[in-house]
Parts: sequence; structure tokens; C-alpha cells
Amino acid sequence: MQQNNSTRSPATIPKTSGGQRQKLTRGAIRIEEVVKIYDPDGAAVMAVDHCSIDIPAGEICMIVGPSGCGKTTLLNAIAGFHDITSGQIYLDDELLCGAEKPQAEPGSDRIVVFQNGALFPWKTNLENIAFGPMMEKKLSKQAIYDKARSMMADAGLSGTEDSYPGEVSSGLRRRVEIVRALMNDPKVLLFDEPYRALDSLTKSVMHEALLEIYYKNKVTIFFITHDLEEAIFLGHRLIIMSSRPCKPKKIVDVDIPHPRDYNVLTSPRFREIMNEAKGVVNAEAKKAFEAGEKEG
Amino acid sequence: MALTMYRISAWLKSPNPYLMLIGFALILSFWYFSVEVWKLPRFQDMPSLTEVFSEWFSQDPYYGLSIYTPEYYKHIGISLRRIAFAFFLATALGVPLGLCLGWSKTLREFIFPLFEVFRPIPVLAWVPLAIIIFSGSETPVIFLTFMASFFATTLNAMLGVESIDPSYSRAAYCLGASRWQTFRHVVIPGAMPFIFTGLQISIGVAWFSLVAGEMVSGQYGLGYLINTSYMMIEYPKIIIGMITLGVIGYSTSALVRLAGDYMMQWRVRELALGES
Repeated sequence: MQQNNSTRSPATIPKTSGGQRQKLTRGAIRIEEVVKIYDPDGAAVMAVDHCSIDIPAGEICMIVGPSGCGKTTLLNAIAGFHDITSGQIYLDDELLCGAEKPQAEPGSDRIVVFQNGALFPWKTNLENIAFGPMMEKKLSKQAIYDKARSMMADAGLSGTEDSYPGEVSSGLRRRVEIVRALMNDPKVLLFDEPYRALDSLTKSVMHEALLEIYYKNKVTIFFITHDLEEAIFLGHRLIIMSSRPCKPKKIVDVDIPHPRDYNVLTSPRFREIMNEAKGVVNAEAKKAFEAGEKEG
Repeated sequence: MALTMYRISAWLKSPNPYLMLIGFALILSFWYFSVEVWKLPRFQDMPSLTEVFSEWFSQDPYYGLSIYTPEYYKHIGISLRRIAFAFFLATALGVPLGLCLGWSKTLREFIFPLFEVFRPIPVLAWVPLAIIIFSGSETPVIFLTFMASFFATTLNAMLGVESIDPSYSRAAYCLGASRWQTFRHVVIPGAMPFIFTGLQISIGVAWFSLVAGEMVSGQYGLGYLINTSYMMIEYPKIIIGMITLGVIGYSTSALVRLAGDYMMQWRVRELALGES
């Protein structure tokens, strides 16, 4: 397999050693020269332009960019919700989508945590968490529910098993949703700005909870956000995207050691990284704003 | 069940039941005064409040119809049986059809335009055809009742599927659900609130078209009772028939709502939380 795509050097991101990512044997994503053109009414709009990103297994990779820059398009391509116009995406050297197969098959090895949350409101938290394995029917119902209960206990969700998602706080709902994803033992978790609607206090609690979950589970995390602080706090690496068309503009290594807690936010290194990234992000945000792009 | 009891007790503590009683008192006293006291010009043939109620609760009714005569219950029973038949048929066919129309784009392109042409045709316009096509007096009435219910149910089930946030199906696919499992676990429960709204409308229009049907065809039934009482100049029986229709119509729609609450505990709990 080719490691480098020498034709477009700024788009190809070398693997780095920064930030103590987990040493995993599965969950590496390779995005190669992906192009996505939307053509709703004849006027072709390029959402993603020859985008290449190489995410090693076990990394928390933060995709940072202004709202509406096409980050979600990339996520949808990996998850298999949309096709791509050209290019390839691999998961552990296995082709997800490419020339012969423009749209990936959605599967439980890559699970999305949605922007507005997608717990089924008609199922209790426990039933939501048990949903994936119940569909795959590899285990008995009893075994699945036992596992779901113990995972809920680990995530501090005991006592909410029989509540419906509509009855618990939004922060708790997000946690249930992540546990639901982990029940399927995925290789990759895809986060689509999941904390966007939360207030900043809940957000910080959620960030620490997410890191805790990451330390306990063997997953690669692909996380979309436009919140720079969130990105630096969580990520091993930030990929700052240019505004439409979307392609990597700058990569920032976050060499702050894991495990992290909220003291990191006030550390000088954090500020340095923040300053380094901020200029680029602001320039892109301004560009997007001036272009008058729709949020989404 | 506990929730229903809680709701009833909360309702009794609020001013609402008393407002309701005042409302009833107002309309009844208007009826009483306009007919019996003021004797308004156009109200001279209108049966009076006392006449209707003394007939209705009489052991030996003058016109032969009261809560003590088996005939009264026969009318109610036959109407209810027709409603039950038509409503269940409309639900059994309309809900699956609506779900499929919402779920499959191809099927919708195929059937929905047809559906939209048939839907605005008032039930009364079907009366002649119903009588020509169906034999006897029973099937045309059931057919007419069914038609109205069927369209309301199907349309709402379809809208229910369209109302579901696409994230839910995507999440289901992500978690490894097949297309059928997604339909079973996401589409059906997700459309449930709309389906029950549809069933509420459906039971209402069912009574409407039932009475219309009974007036033109069929024997027995509340619509038939009202129509024949008019022909026979037994006016108090008209009012008895009307009030009975109101009470029974309201009860059936309350039953549908209860069934909805029972099947959508998640929604009941969410709404209860929202109110507090």
C-alpha cells in the first residue's frame, strides 16, 4: 500500500508520533484524494477537493473547520451515508469506498455519534444500548442485556436503564449514545459535532468522560468540531480544514501527554498550540462567512 | 395506568372540569329558554329539553324509545358494530399501506397520485356506487365508513414516516440493522405519534360517514334512527339519537387516545415531563 501521495504534498499528512495514542492494530483510516461534488440543480458545487488524510489506529483525530465547510460530507462518506465522486477511503487497508464502489456500506465497525443525538426516543436507555447486538443476534438476549448493564455501570449510568432518553439530561443522553456505539465494539467512532448544543459546563464534563471512555476502549476517534478549545483538549492531532471546498490546510500536533484533565486548559503549551491554530482557523472562518455559506 | 389516574386527579383539581360544566349548562339552558320560555318563532316544532329528557329516561316512552327499551341498544349496537368493522379494516389496511408509501419512494410515485385524486371525493359521492356495487344494506354502509377512515389513516401513517429524523435510520444502519430491522425498530415506532393522530381523525370521520350511510341505506343504527324519526314526525327521538351519537363518538375517540398512550409510553412520559 502506498504510504504517500506525492502528487499533492500539502494534502498528504504524514503519521506523527505525538501525544501517546493507543497502539492498536485496527482502526486506521486512510482517505485518499477524495472529491465530492454536489450537483443538485446543474450547478456543481465542490464540497470536498482532493482531500487526503491518514489516521493511524488509535488516534483521536480532530477535524476542525468552520460550519458548513464540508467536514460532515467527509464523515458521511466514511460512514456510508453518501457516495463520493472520486478517490478512495480505506479502513485497515480494506476499501470502504472507491472508484468501483462510490458508497460505503454502513456497518458497525464505524459508528457515528450524531450532532443532535440519535438515541431512539421510543426505546429505554438500556434497550438503546442493547440495540446493535440485538440486531446482529450473535449473543442471547440475556447475555446482551447483562453486558449492556455492566457497560452502563462502568460509564456511571446506573439507575437510568429504564428511563427513556427524553427523560434524562442532554449530557447523559450523549453518554448513553457513546456507550451504545461501544457495545458493538467498533474500530472507529465518528463524532459529528456531538457537543455543539451543550452548554460549556456540561461540555467540559463530557470531554473528560469521553477521554475516560477512550482510555478504556480500543478505538480510533474521528471527531468533527469547530470548537478549537475542544479540539486541542481532546485530540492527538488537529486537521484544520479550509472552507469549501474542504481540504486539509494545516495539521497541528498536540504534544500534550495523555491522560489529560482540565488543568491542561491553563497550561502554557495549550496556549501556544491555541495561538498556532487560531490564526489559520479564523482566516478560514472569515472566508466562509464572506462566502455566505449555509450552516450545516 | 397509574399515569392515567394521576392525570384524572390533576384534572379534577384544576378549574377545567367546572368550566366544562358551565359550558354544558349554558347550551342546555339556551335550549330550554328558547323553546319553552321565550318560544322563539322558528323553534315551535323543536322538541323541548324536558320532553326529550323525560322521553329518554322514561320507563314507558311515548314514542317507544328510551334507555329502558331494547330497541335503543339495538341501534347503538348496530352502529358500533359497523364502526368497529370499518375502523379496524381501515386501520389494518391503511397503516401498513401508509408506512410503505412513506418508506418506499417507488411505491409512492406509483400509488400516491391515485390516492390524491380519490381522497378529495366526499364520501357522499360514493353512495350511489356503493349501493350499486355492494349487495344488501349492510356492506354499502360499512364500505362508506371504511373509505373515509382509510384515507385519513393512510395519509397520516405516510406523513409519520416522513417526519422521522433521518439520523435515526442512519444510526440503525450504523449499528448493524438490516433494512427490514430498521423498518421494524425505527420506522414503525417513529411514525407512531402520527399514526395515532391519524386514527383520531379516522374515528371521527368514520362516525360522520356512518351516519350519512345509515341515512340513505341500511336498517337500524343511529343515523337510521334520526332519519326515520324525522319521517315519522317523532322529533324527540332525533335529539336522543344526536346526543347518543355525541357521547358514543366521544367515547370511541377517547378509547383510541388511551390505546395510543398505552402504546407510546415513551411519549407520554416525555410530555408529562415537559408539562411540569
